[in-house]
Amino acid sequence: MPGAGAVRAIRDRIKSVQSTAKVTNAMQLVAASKMRRAQSRALASRPYADRMRAVLAQLSGYAEGADPSELHPLLQQRPVKHFAFIHITADRGLAGGLNANMNRAGAALALEHQPHVERVSVVTVGRKGRDFFRRAGFPSLAEFTAIGDYPGMAQVLPIARIVMDDYMAGNIDQVFIGYQRFVSTAVQRPTLRQILPVTAPEGAEVSMVDFLFEPSPQQLLETLLPRYVEMQIYEAILDAAASEQSARMVAMQSATDAAQDMVSNLTLIYNKARQELITGELLDIVGGTAALEG
Amino acid sequence: MPLALSIVTAERTILSREDVQRLVVPASEGQITVLPSHAPLMTSLGYGALTAYCPGEIIVMAVFGGFLQVAHDQVIILADAAERPDQIDEQRAEAARDRAVRRIAGELVGGEQQLDLARARLALARATTRLRIARARRGAPVSA
Repeated sequence: MPGAGAVRAIRDRIKSVQSTAKVTNAMQLVAASKMRRAQSRALASRPYADRMRAVLAQLSGYAEGADPSELHPLLQQRPVKHFAFIHITADRGLAGGLNANMNRAGAALALEHQPHVERVSVVTVGRKGRDFFRRAGFPSLAEFTAIGDYPGMAQVLPIARIVMDDYMAGNIDQVFIGYQRFVSTAVQRPTLRQILPVTAPEGAEVSMVDFLFEPSPQQLLETLLPRYVEMQIYEAILDAAASEQSARMVAMQSATDAAQDMVSNLTLIYNKARQELITGELLDIVGGTAALEG
Repeated sequence: MPLALSIVTAERTILSREDVQRLVVPASEGQITVLPSHAPLMTSLGYGALTAYCPGEIIVMAVFGGFLQVAHDQVIILADAAERPDQIDEQRAEAARDRAVRRIAGELVGGEQQLDLARARLALARATTRLRIARARRGAPVSA
């Protein structure tokens, strides 16, 4: 038979779980609203990305056929001695398996390339990935954290600058980018993609029009290619931001649900224990009176 | 047939019009005018004022680098940045201009810092462009 102390302990536990549920519920609402904003920013960047791809596909057609050594440096394929990748994670946790899955995918990418190249290093964006690769003692080219919930081009440019400068200087020969792609609110998928050397976008419509170029197609490519690289990083970061918020929203929703389940189970146990306690007390009283009368 | 114009930056669509009769843009090789039935063209952009003449309205914008494509009366501008004149913060632009001037003077005296000098020059060009466009707006009404 539970004592009065046990009953009070259950009641305290219910209160504590209830306040946890309040917190997770608030976090869920915040994440939901941040997710909507992050998604609309990703959507707003679409027209630029689509048009950039179309223009680049068109332009690279004209630059093709040129001697490979005359190709723009960002387009030149060369033997890969130093492989690098940009690894995008969130700064904060409480987002289900989002960061752990991304870190696993990043580590797999590194291990896959390690046997074939002299060196593999990482550029981390986000605290979770940075901590992961630091713990592993992995060489890092640069670390970016606190880019915010709504990163803009201003946050992307330094990242793009670092990889492009190192690539042009011949310090790195191939660059990938890894991020959690936003598939749906419930699904985010770790995605890895090459950004350097630049490969001309596929699937974009190329119209057979004789363009005038001012200045030459090669010079235009020179202005366009760095922007294309920046745009790809920006796209990945926007997608990762939307993924983070939706993963957190879903994680907090299931935490709230679990807490509410727990509250109802505990309430059941509490009521039962309280009833048993009262019954026990009544029996005591009844037994006592019977003894007196007897 | 009028021109369809869209100005987009990486972050958002700045302007989208279907009724442009004449367009003047600051191309990197000098200012160019685009009229309907213009030959297909690709060019890079410099810093300066873009003017779109629409029926009953003249739209002025400051653009800062990027790319322009004209084909089949469709004008696409991939701008690095674009601002409406009323979005320009004159005080901030003035401060940026003064800062850039000081930096350039300091660099010239203090020796060769190629990268910083180039950046200061770009900052100066941006600031003066902003000021020119913002002041032109106050001098003469933009919308007719």
